[in-house]
Amino acid sequence: MPVNQLPSPLTADGASVAFGDRVLWSGLDLTVAPGEFLAVLGANGAGKSTFLKAVLGQQQLSAGAMSVVGRAPGRANRAVGYVPQQKSMSAATPLRARDLVALGIDGDRFGLRPRRQADRDRIDEALAAVGATAYADAPIGLLSGGEQQRVRIAQALVGGPELLLCDEPLLSLDLGHQRAVSAVIDRRRREHGTAVVLVTHEINPVLDLVDRVLYIAGGRHRIGTPAEVFTSESLSDLYGTPVDVFTVRGRIVVVGTPEHATEAGRGHDLTHGHSHAPAGAHR
Amino acid sequence: MSDFFSFEDYGALLGLVHNSLIAAVLLGVVGGLVGVFVQMRDMQFAVHGISELSFAGAAGALLLGINVAVGSVLGSLIAGGLIGVLGVRARDRNSVIGVLMPFGLGLGVLFLALYEGRAANKFGLLTGQVVSVDSVQLGWLGSMGVVVLVGLALIWRPLTFISADPEVAAARGLPAGLLSVVFTLLLALAVSMAVQVVGALLVLSLLVTPAAAALLVTASPVRAPLLSALFAVVSAVGGILVALGTSVPISPFVTTISFLIYLVCRLSARRRTRRGWGSRGTPADHVDNSSHMPLS
Repeated sequence: MPVNQLPSPLTADGASVAFGDRVLWSGLDLTVAPGEFLAVLGANGAGKSTFLKAVLGQQQLSAGAMSVVGRAPGRANRAVGYVPQQKSMSAATPLRARDLVALGIDGDRFGLRPRRQADRDRIDEALAAVGATAYADAPIGLLSGGEQQRVRIAQALVGGPELLLCDEPLLSLDLGHQRAVSAVIDRRRREHGTAVVLVTHEINPVLDLVDRVLYIAGGRHRIGTPAEVFTSESLSDLYGTPVDVFTVRGRIVVVGTPEHATEAGRGHDLTHGHSHAPAGAHR
Repeated sequence: MSDFFSFEDYGALLGLVHNSLIAAVLLGVVGGLVGVFVQMRDMQFAVHGISELSFAGAAGALLLGINVAVGSVLGSLIAGGLIGVLGVRARDRNSVIGVLMPFGLGLGVLFLALYEGRAANKFGLLTGQVVSVDSVQLGWLGSMGVVVLVGLALIWRPLTFISADPEVAAARGLPAGLLSVVFTLLLALAVSMAVQVVGALLVLSLLVTPAAAALLVTASPVRAPLLSALFAVVSAVGGILVALGTSVPISPFVTTISFLIYLVCRLSARRRTRRGWGSRGTPADHVDNSSHMPLS
């Protein structure tokens, strides 16, 4: 993409995070290009969410450096869109879908300036882009999980971010909404060059969209295309134990990882992994 | 009944409570607006806790013979500051309040027991009085009201953001802790205003009930605070107007009116839920997390 003069949406240079002796990841070198789709994978507790926190400036690095749109993490918040894990909002929230999106534009502004027409148009466009126009005026607390997630993506995109961070955006969505949500994210990065960093424990729903994968396990990591990372050698080396990777009808199935669950290969409807303490993966 | 209500000299009485009526309008507006954030942030218990400490402060001031309003504000701000600093998260907050509240109430009871002045003064701190607002007090209430309203207007959007959507707001770099402290201090001022008019026991009727009622019937971020303020003003002013005809303190009337408003909103919300909410295209795809897979 012809945007060489712009700073990279996200770079990491020897970045590490450790809590005492426990290293989540270290020596992370990464440059995300505009429009690139990076999936961050790993077991629960491996450090995926900590990676997002570090990018947001909410987690100090124990070594190395990161830069977000050419600035220190946490200093370029307006250039970053963030979609948190799906969590239902209270029915008593006095916000409609369009008001939640509006907070993406001026929610961090102090004072009570009235919204300009240009901003209102942007809100309508963002809602239309995620297919949420039909329920734009419905109370956010009364929307279904999939509808709320679409509105959250509209909120994250309405400010025209250069980097979109998504934390398990497809979790607990049905297949229809999973496809719709990932299609919206994919279209955005193709049409606007927004870089996407998407944390997931499951590669298959986004396998066709992903450019590169950051796979974190046991304090170590692999970065590469899905084809490079999802091989038996690569993951066996990463985990330090024999791991088998199969491709079945275009889906990747991983067998034998220490965290027991075949994280990357399961169907979306299985709520696995939560009961498996991450401790085993950290030796 | 005719002994209980007597509206014979109503016109003359009305002249006497001129200040109280102004105070009630002010308190209604402040309480109604603050109440919307109390609902969003689940701080109903904090309102109660702060009002008990505000009562202790007022009782202490009564005992020492200084301005009761000053005591009430001090008690409120100390409680609000502690709750704001120690309890950014809801669970911590509730235990901090649970610990502070009985201590404050105990202090207040002690101060009142030691006080040897008029009994009506004691009772008024807990349940409010009709004709208790003189022009000095009105000046106090007015300035406090202005501080709360200006403060709220300044932090309105960030506070909405951090209350409704804390993760994304924090990702945007909004300071959750600072906003929590500032809001709790504004809340403390509003509680202290309410303590001076309706008394410590029934503050919730102006800071919680009207907003809870408003949020039942609208989700618009503009209509909700306006309705909430309107409900609170109607309750406070209506309470005074009815109480004038009796020898009873104003608070039972304020609480009854605000409760009735809540009931009406509750009923209309039920009708509305049954019919489906406002303008949405596809009420049918409401159930989303089920295991079936509608293909898009």
